[in-house]
Amino acid sequence: MKGRKTIALILAVVLAVCLSACGKDDPEKTLTVFNYGEYLDPAMIRLFMKETGIKIKYEEAATPEEMYTKFKAGAVGYDLLCTSDYMLKRLIDENELKEIDYSLFHYKDNIGKKYWDFTKSFDPEIKYTMPYFWGTVGILYDTSKVSKKIDSWDVLFNGEYSGKIVMQNSVRDAFMITEKYLGYSLNTTDRDEIQKAYETLLKQKPDVQAYLVDEARDEVVAGNAVMAVVYSGEAYLGHKYNPDLEYVVPKEGSNVWLDSWCITKNCRNTEAACRFLDFLCRDDVALKNFEYIYYSTPNETVKDNLPPEDRNDKSMFPDDSVTENCEVNTLTDPETNELLNRLWKDLKAN
Amino acid sequence: MDKILGKRSALAGPYVIWAVGFTVIPLLVIIKYALFDRSGAFTLSNILAIFDPVHLRALVFSLEIALGCTAICIILAYPLVLAISRLRFARSGFMLVILILPMWMNFILKLLAWQMILSSNGVLNMIISALGITGFDISNTPLSIMIGVIYEYFPYMVLPVFDAVVAIDADVIEAARDLGAKKSTVFWKIIFPLSLPGLMSGITMVFVPSMTSFVTADILGGGKLQLVGNIIEQEFIQSMNWNLGSGLSVALMIFILISMTFTVNRNEREEEEAW
Repeated sequence: MKGRKTIALILAVVLAVCLSACGKDDPEKTLTVFNYGEYLDPAMIRLFMKETGIKIKYEEAATPEEMYTKFKAGAVGYDLLCTSDYMLKRLIDENELKEIDYSLFHYKDNIGKKYWDFTKSFDPEIKYTMPYFWGTVGILYDTSKVSKKIDSWDVLFNGEYSGKIVMQNSVRDAFMITEKYLGYSLNTTDRDEIQKAYETLLKQKPDVQAYLVDEARDEVVAGNAVMAVVYSGEAYLGHKYNPDLEYVVPKEGSNVWLDSWCITKNCRNTEAACRFLDFLCRDDVALKNFEYIYYSTPNETVKDNLPPEDRNDKSMFPDDSVTENCEVNTLTDPETNELLNRLWKDLKAN
Repeated sequence: MDKILGKRSALAGPYVIWAVGFTVIPLLVIIKYALFDRSGAFTLSNILAIFDPVHLRALVFSLEIALGCTAICIILAYPLVLAISRLRFARSGFMLVILILPMWMNFILKLLAWQMILSSNGVLNMIISALGITGFDISNTPLSIMIGVIYEYFPYMVLPVFDAVVAIDADVIEAARDLGAKKSTVFWKIIFPLSLPGLMSGITMVFVPSMTSFVTADILGGGKLQLVGNIIEQEFIQSMNWNLGSGLSVALMIFILISMTFTVNRNEREEEEAW
């Protein structure tokens, strides 16, 4: 009996400590923030707490799906979320978000018009979300190993670099670029178009050296592959490691991804939440945060405060013409997603 | 608990909490997901989905990889064990430390190192092309997956077999030799049968993880080869179809349990025979 009693006692103590810890927070003075990993400079969180006296409880997730699952489970009442385009659309469609009161903002105009336009693809009236970081998907290639300058997805599919291509090991990325290559929308739900994209990927498979995620860039840096499909954020480092590497967003267009902040329906203190978002837009905070994360920022003051060589990095700050044909991923249709997942498995099995 | 297991078993309390919290409950959650569809209706289709041609193909491929790796581990383990078991204790200890040394390093790091060794511009190809052989490239093939799996799980085969072989009474072997048994006869009639319990746990510890691995296939197979573990991972991470992912996991567990009852039964029978 003694053993059982001891265990019960320990559990009771643990429970009591948990409960008292949970009950202490004043909702007026606390914000629970849910973000991707390594996606906000911790020093900025401390600075915000110091300036405003509002306590930030900070939590991280690796994928939009993980975030969605945890948010929906409702065990923790999140006030602010930072997640990706298609997931934001899903949350808006499911009526999970609260309007952001932009009249409380001082630094909203630091975010360029272009990014508000991107936002419209999933938040048509710009009511619920605030752009945070963005980027493109393109080809990172070794200029010393290609016959001519690359400007089209065609190089991945025409067999010229057979065995020297690395694709993204992700169903959405693989299909999105193939759909753009074939001239379709990357949000297509048309069965025939998706089937055509699948056949194109299947035909391409023998030419693909590997489907990778994080290692895609390194394979080009190491010289094992001539080119790889990567996110623009990877391109900057790739170029640092090997100056021969160039990043291009093909002329057919590509995916432009946008991660944005939103306030949840159950947020207990909307004013504090808006204050936090406004704080993130402030020039000095945005710059520090950019230096920490190093993805393309929609905050235009950041670019102006950078040294010229960084300002002219085309993978970080592409010209408007580059993103002209690009689309934001807003596909949330479950049937289409299921079909894509099915075809992706078929592709891998063949 | 006290009545069933006696007073001393209270010491097992922490482990019981651990096992219930982190093995039994998660397992029940997986089974629950497996038996229902997304809308919450009862179904067996998630488990039976293992018979879908694409899934079956991945299962068979996993089985081939796992069997191949287990067989190679056995073939490599015995000569090593026989050699080490004859060394004096200090030396055999040193050899075993060398053997388990790689286990102190992170699994993913080892795989990334292998990826660099096996890649087209890697160390292996550099050596081979220096020897004048060209067109040899095993990166992103089943062979490179197997190298990764064997490298990872080989110690798990050697250690139990080593334990079993060391436990064999030297007098038994001596007696066999006195009676004129050749070296091969000693091995096949004495050492091998007596080491079977160790071999069986070795097989379990190599076969099961190689059957369910997916990271190795992603990194060393270049994402082009699909093991059943990769399909389950995709269902959970990319497709967000936890029900199908759980169903396939349960089917895989059933499959592994069936193959394990085979080895366990054999193991018990052998032990009985040995006595």
